[in-house]
Amino acid sequence: MSKGLKTTIMILSAMVIVGLIALPGLRQALQRLQKPAKTEEQSRREVMEEPISTPTDVKVQAQMYWLSPSTPNSLEPTPIQLPLSADPVERSKQLLNALILRAPSPEVHTLPAQASLLAFYLQPDGTAIADFSDEFSSGMPSGILSEQLAEQSIAQTLGANVSGIKQLKILVHGQEAETLAGHLDLYGFFPVSGLASVAPTASAPAPPSAR
Amino acid sequence: MGNDSGILVRVPSQSKYLLFVCVMAVAQVLSGTPGLVQAPANSGLSAPQTTPGTTQQVSPAPSQPLAEPPPSPQKTLAVVVLDPAHGGADPGARGSSGIAESDVVLSFARLVRISLEAQGFRVILTRQANDDPSFDDRSKTANAQRGNIFITLHVASTGQPGTVRVYSMPRMALPDSGATSPHGSLLPWDRAQFNFIDQSRRLAEMIQIQMAQRFHGSSETPFEAPARQLRTVGAPAVAIEVSSVSVPSRAPLDQMGPGLADGVARAVAAFKIIYESGGK
Repeated sequence: MSKGLKTTIMILSAMVIVGLIALPGLRQALQRLQKPAKTEEQSRREVMEEPISTPTDVKVQAQMYWLSPSTPNSLEPTPIQLPLSADPVERSKQLLNALILRAPSPEVHTLPAQASLLAFYLQPDGTAIADFSDEFSSGMPSGILSEQLAEQSIAQTLGANVSGIKQLKILVHGQEAETLAGHLDLYGFFPVSGLASVAPTASAPAPPSAR
Repeated sequence: MGNDSGILVRVPSQSKYLLFVCVMAVAQVLSGTPGLVQAPANSGLSAPQTTPGTTQQVSPAPSQPLAEPPPSPQKTLAVVVLDPAHGGADPGARGSSGIAESDVVLSFARLVRISLEAQGFRVILTRQANDDPSFDDRSKTANAQRGNIFITLHVASTGQPGTVRVYSMPRMALPDSGATSPHGSLLPWDRAQFNFIDQSRRLAEMIQIQMAQRFHGSSETPFEAPARQLRTVGAPAVAIEVSSVSVPSRAPLDQMGPGLADGVARAVAAFKIIYESGGK
């Protein structure tokens, strides 16, 4: 074997060894590059999904109005343990976040899982204003029935767990929207039945026409 | 009964407003009946004593003697405005098999039209093809008619397949003082439906009963929902929503068309008797 050939084989062997050592690192770098960068919406959701906690939080049994698994096209109060603030605004935010994120199964969801609550205000006259992200509209199944059930699940959940709310205004991304998802009129206010008129243990489904 | 003292008109531009006022003035001189115009806020054509953007009554010129208003004509229901919802870039509800609400409701509207015409009604469609008039444009088609009812047709994403729900507008809280205008019986455009809620409810009841007889599982009583399209219609108005686009193919929905059309036509014919007799 000539000296030149030996040198070539040694150089090639060295390159193979260096390549084997560097391979895992290169693979990791490649995987990092393949992973898509977090969108603004994802980052915002991560922040929003952090459970809101306040010094006055007390774990209580909240009544959440999701779709009834047994009676189609109606809502049913589902009790869940939830830490809720004494402050009505923080309490309402906690409830609406739970309404979006804590449905026991996808089949009983009333609001799109990708939606988020951007802001919530409560005026002294009992008018609640809930501002949802765009996904609240874009992810909503289109139709009078599904859109009305979504609105009623919000109004009834607030009414059953927060005192002093009389009516609800829904905004989408800070704006007044003409409809929720092409049908339900968001022009006016939706009535909210107060704590006194909502029996927490009621098991009868609420028909969508009951207003 | 509802407010039938005038027609509410929203005029999108100054030139159209001018043309409309001229036409209304001529019509008033000829007929002696007042018209109602909701002037656009930026038209600059409001009478000096009125606030821009408010409803105003167009009166005959001062030199014209005020004619004794003729006895109010007997109420007749002759026209049905059918609204196939969505269309164009807005397909409405979409099924996983590709069914588009906008296509199905257009087919339904054509069938309902045939059945209503067989009952002697004149039928106007808010869209004839795959276009998408605005909510206000669809309402304008209805509000330009006298003696009419309005039916908007939908297919839901959800609900028990093969059933039909009929909706009328509930009495809903509004952002300002109330549902009625300070100008007596006149109604602002954005709440034109509020004087017709009782009649709309009656019409919804009659259609829902027909649907319950034809489509097993459908409710016998109608529903209330603040459907956007209904709010700006100044006539008895209902929304019919068929369930649903979730079916695996269009065939089950297409099979519902003839029953839907026949039921609607029979209900409207029965409603006509009540409407024309002045009952609720």
